[in-house]
Amino acid sequence: MPSLLDIRRRVRAVKSTQQITKAMKMVAASKLRGAQERILNARPFAHQMLRVLNGLAGRIDSSMHPLLADPAVRTGGTLIFVITADKGLCGGFNTNIIKTAGKFAVADPDREVALGLVGRKGRDFFSRRGFDVRYEITNLFGNLSFNDAQEIAEVAIDEYTHDRTDSVYLVYNEFKSVMQQRVVVERLLPIGQLPEDEPDDDTPLDPAVAEAASLVDYLYEPVPQQIFNELLPHHVEIQVFRALLESSAAEHAARMTAMDSATKNSGEIIDQLTIYMNKVRQAAITREIIEVVSGAEAL
Amino acid sequence: MALPAQINLEIVTPDRALVSQPVDEVQIPGAEGYFGVLPGHTPLLVTLEVGQLWYRVGQERSFLTVAFGFAEVLPDRVTILAKVAETAEGIDVERARSARKRAEERLTKRVSDLDFERARLSLLRSLIRLQVASRARIRG
Repeated sequence: MPSLLDIRRRVRAVKSTQQITKAMKMVAASKLRGAQERILNARPFAHQMLRVLNGLAGRIDSSMHPLLADPAVRTGGTLIFVITADKGLCGGFNTNIIKTAGKFAVADPDREVALGLVGRKGRDFFSRRGFDVRYEITNLFGNLSFNDAQEIAEVAIDEYTHDRTDSVYLVYNEFKSVMQQRVVVERLLPIGQLPEDEPDDDTPLDPAVAEAASLVDYLYEPVPQQIFNELLPHHVEIQVFRALLESSAAEHAARMTAMDSATKNSGEIIDQLTIYMNKVRQAAITREIIEVVSGAEAL
Repeated sequence: MALPAQINLEIVTPDRALVSQPVDEVQIPGAEGYFGVLPGHTPLLVTLEVGQLWYRVGQERSFLTVAFGFAEVLPDRVTILAKVAETAEGIDVERARSARKRAEERLTKRVSDLDFERARLSLLRSLIRLQVASRARIRG
C-alpha cells in the first residue's frame, strides 16, 4: 500500500498538470478567436474567386493557360501538400491529417508521390519515412501571413509548370466548428471545375438571365491571356492561404477541446486520488486505535 | 430577355467582405479606364487598377478605393475581387498623407527601378485614398 506521502505527492503532480492544461486551453481559446475571425473573413473571397473561375472554366478552352490544362508531359507524379500543426497536444488533429495523407499517398501504387510539408509535425513524420520531399516549411502558424501562402503557391506552380508533377493536392483540416474539424483532400492544380462547397446565399439568379449569360463569352479587358496570367496564380495563392487559415483555426479549436477534456480528466484523477488518500488515512487511524486499545487491554 | 432591375454587388478582399448588396449602378476602375455598369451589362472580366470605385443605390452614392484584383460583371451581378479595398469612412487620412509625402520624396531621389515602381504605386494609392476620403467628407 502506498504511503500517505506518496499519494499526496501524486495529487500535487496531477494538480500542476491540470494547471498547465487549463492555461493551454485559455491560450488556445483566445488564439482561436483571432484565427476564427480571419478564416471567416477570408472565406467570402475564396468563395467568390471559385465562383468566377468556375464561370470562366465553362466558357473557355482549357488549353488557353498551362494552369488550366493537363500537363504537357505526363510524369505520373502527384505532389501532395500536407498541412499539419507545429505543435502537438491537440488531440487527433495531426494524427488524422497524417493518416489521411499517408493513405492518399499510397492509394495508387503506380503513382509517384512527392510531398510538400507544412508544419513541424508532418515534417517529422514524413521526412523519416523515405518520401520524396520537395518542400518543407515549419513555424509559420505563429504569424501567418499572405506571403507564406504565396511562397507555397509559387512552389506548387513551379513544380507543375516545369512538368515535374501531374497534379497538386492539398491535405488539411477544415474548420467546421469549434467542436468539429474535417480532413479535406483538395486538388489545387490543374484548376478545373471545382464544387462550390458553400451554398449560394445570394439571391438566386433569374434562370433565364443566367442561362443567356452563360452562353455569352466574357469581354476581356485587357486581353484574356494577361488576365489569366494574373488571375490563375492569384487563385492558387488564395486557395493555399485559405487552407492555411482553415488549418490554423482548426488547430486552435482542436487544442482547446483536447485541453478542456484533459483538464476534466485530471480533475477526475484528483478526485479519485483524494478518496483513496482519505481511505488510506482512515485505515491508518483505525489501525492506531486498535493498537492503543489492544495495548490498554493487555495491561 | 427581361433586364434585371438591380445588380448584386459583392466586394471582397482576402481579409474581409466589404459590400454585399443590390445596387443600381457601379463605376469600376478597369485596366483600360473607368467604366460604369448598369443592370443587364454584358459579361465582362477585367483587371482592376488603383482607383476609386463607387456604387449607387437610389440617389445615394458610396465611394471606395480599390487597388489590384479583378472584377467579374454579369447581367445581374458584379463581383469585385480586390487585393486592397477600403470604404471612404475607413481611410486613415493622416496615414495616406504621410504615405504621399514619403512616396513623393522617394520619387524625386530617383533610385533603382524596382523602388521607383513601388514608390509610384504607393503615391498612386495615397492620392486615390485622399480623393475618396474627401468625397466622404463632402457628403457627410
